Amino acid sequence: MKSMTSVALGIAFCASALTTTSVFAATTLESVKEKGHLQCGVTSGLPGFSQPDEKGAWTGIDVDTCRAVAAAIFGDAKAVEFTPLTAKERFTALQSGEIDMLSRNTTWTLTRDVSLGLNFAGVNYYDGQGFLVNKDIGVDDATQLDGATVCIQAGTTTELNLSDYFRTKGMEFKPIVFDTSEQTVQGFAAGRCDVLTSDRSQLAALRSKLSDPGSAKILPNTISKEPLGPVVRQGDDQWFNIVKWVLNVQINAEELGLTMANVDDMLKSDNPSVQRLLGTDGDMGAKLGLPDDFGYAIVKQVGNYAEMYNRNVGPDTPLGLERGINALWTDGGILYAPPVR
Amino acid sequence: MIPPGLTVMLFLQGSFSGRGMKKQTIDSRPTGPKPLYDPRVRALFFQVISLAAVFWVGWVLIDNTLSNMQSRGISTGFGFLGESAGFGIIMHLVPYDATMSYGRTFWVGLTNTLLVSAMGIVTATILGFVIGVARLSSNWLVAKVALVYIEIIRNIPLLLQIFFWYFAVLSNLPSPRQSVEVGGALFLNNRGLYLPGPVLQDGFGLVWGAVVLALVAVVGVRVWAKKRQLATGDIFPTFKVSIALLILLPLVAYFIAGRPLEWDLPALKGFNFGGGITLIPELVALWIALSLYTASFIAEIVRSGILSVSQGQTEASKALGLPNGLTLRLVVIPQAMRVIIPPLTSQYLNLVKNSSLATAIGYPDLVAVFMGTTLNQTGQAVEVVAITMAVYLTISLLISLFMNLYNRAVAIKER
Repeated sequence: MKSMTSVALGIAFCASALTTTSVFAATTLESVKEKGHLQCGVTSGLPGFSQPDEKGAWTGIDVDTCRAVAAAIFGDAKAVEFTPLTAKERFTALQSGEIDMLSRNTTWTLTRDVSLGLNFAGVNYYDGQGFLVNKDIGVDDATQLDGATVCIQAGTTTELNLSDYFRTKGMEFKPIVFDTSEQTVQGFAAGRCDVLTSDRSQLAALRSKLSDPGSAKILPNTISKEPLGPVVRQGDDQWFNIVKWVLNVQINAEELGLTMANVDDMLKSDNPSVQRLLGTDGDMGAKLGLPDDFGYAIVKQVGNYAEMYNRNVGPDTPLGLERGINALWTDGGILYAPPVR
Repeated sequence: MIPPGLTVMLFLQGSFSGRGMKKQTIDSRPTGPKPLYDPRVRALFFQVISLAAVFWVGWVLIDNTLSNMQSRGISTGFGFLGESAGFGIIMHLVPYDATMSYGRTFWVGLTNTLLVSAMGIVTATILGFVIGVARLSSNWLVAKVALVYIEIIRNIPLLLQIFFWYFAVLSNLPSPRQSVEVGGALFLNNRGLYLPGPVLQDGFGLVWGAVVLALVAVVGVRVWAKKRQLATGDIFPTFKVSIALLILLPLVAYFIAGRPLEWDLPALKGFNFGGGITLIPELVALWIALSLYTASFIAEIVRSGILSVSQGQTEASKALGLPNGLTLRLVVIPQAMRVIIPPLTSQYLNLVKNSSLATAIGYPDLVAVFMGTTLNQTGQAVEVVAITMAVYLTISLLISLFMNLYNRAVAIKER
């Protein structure tokens, strides 16, 4: 009798194993609409990019990228739920379908784009790796770091860049690898390492977490290219296009001078580019499987790229990051979005 | 479609019923039940079906995973193990640098796991036995101190204890430039404990030879002493003589060979120490936490083992005139071991598995290096997790095997 039960269990188990394939049959857009909200993977806490505020509401440039996608789909930027992920967990969470998109300070590299079954939908922040050092050790340039002990967060491109940089310079280093960025800062604050390395945008944020931010400084060197952007699963081109064009719409909106404040007035604009972007003319939304006024919803509720940038990481925020290369191409930066037409 | 298991099953059923028939002729029973009603055949039949079903489920799961991953463009296979890793690891017992393969990072992680586990098992055992005996001490203070230790340590989560030792204790050590120094050879700072490293010169082979000779001599003395004791009843001081042999012989050889050993002293170079042997704080913190935590459980196991030996045994031993130490060593402990060994084994297994908490403080063990960085850089979660689980399973089964063999050796012999 016992064996009979196990056979029955086995068969039930097989059946469930076979049916799991069909879960992914629906497109991401359909399943998001059915759920009624977008599930977005973010960091577990990185000021300026994704961090819950004192009321528990998520803020940051990565968070706003998710909100813009939600605004485009539902016309409601609040229809997002956030899943905080460590660097190690992020790709598995996206691959397994636990989240619909990943907007988690993630560097676009060839290996990640090709071998993980994922697609990078664009870049929402151009970054580069730098060093934060304790002022006590008297180092002004990264080339003086021979023999240093370096704190890093696990599972990042940073680990590889660091090793490459020291190797090409013929220098030695000792890596201390922590699981989360909080532990990394804690290790650095405790004096376990001379140097903390991360993307430059993060260094400012991490330094502000030290009990005495003045005791550490950021070295001028940038040792890598870190284009950070949202990621989606491979094999669903419609969804890939939606995330890609939401980002492009925000950049185009800045170029066209559309802001949260003036977007209602601009609905009456006779500029054809503005009309297409806001959906008063053409069927751009329908082509993506979205409402035609998706551009209006994004700009109205989340704002253009400049507003998103200045609100979260810009000069007036604690991070105080200048636009730099993240400015529009017309302002000397490298942000250049294909036209909405 | 017929499931692959089914044909095997039918085939087996035929052969089993055949054997059943043959048995019946040997038993020379007049009429046996038909194979369909033979309980043995039926039992086998269902066992084979269950087994086939289990394999089939396993096969379907693997096949389903692989085809799903392929359809979603995720790389599969073990080819990544040969690719260049490109990241640094702070501590490695096997040679490693960033140009070596992901496969090598596996060995680095594995040896680091084995090192901290072995260190932890040794210290936890010693500490556990001492505290366990102290818990039963007739000295009120000693017994209560042991009790307080056990109740505090085993009731605080291990992860918190690891954080405590790492962040609260070790990070309060001075920076490298203000190191605590002992005789210019030993340095302690927040980057670790720096010890002089031995550098073997030509002619050190003679010393190794002397060590081997001493070991052989020790075994010889023990055999001879036991024989003599059985024959005459005289007790030979085997322990003292053994220690003397083990120290003196290599020492004599060392001086004869012209002192072929130099020390590599650690020295401050730039902002860190170089040279010598380094015990990194991550290793020390994990080692202390694992040892103290597991020792508190082992102490309770030892106490229960000792209490399981009836008081009559001790009284009988005393009546024979054995002193306290010998009573404990010859009468109580050997009997207590029978109770102690099985739960002790599971504490060892716990310690090895708990060592994977290393990842929280950045000690580069198997989980931190291989299931952490390697997994993330390659993205091949299924393969890496499968390998890691297989490794922990293997280590645990090996420990169980050796402890069971030892248990069989000390177990009560039924004659």
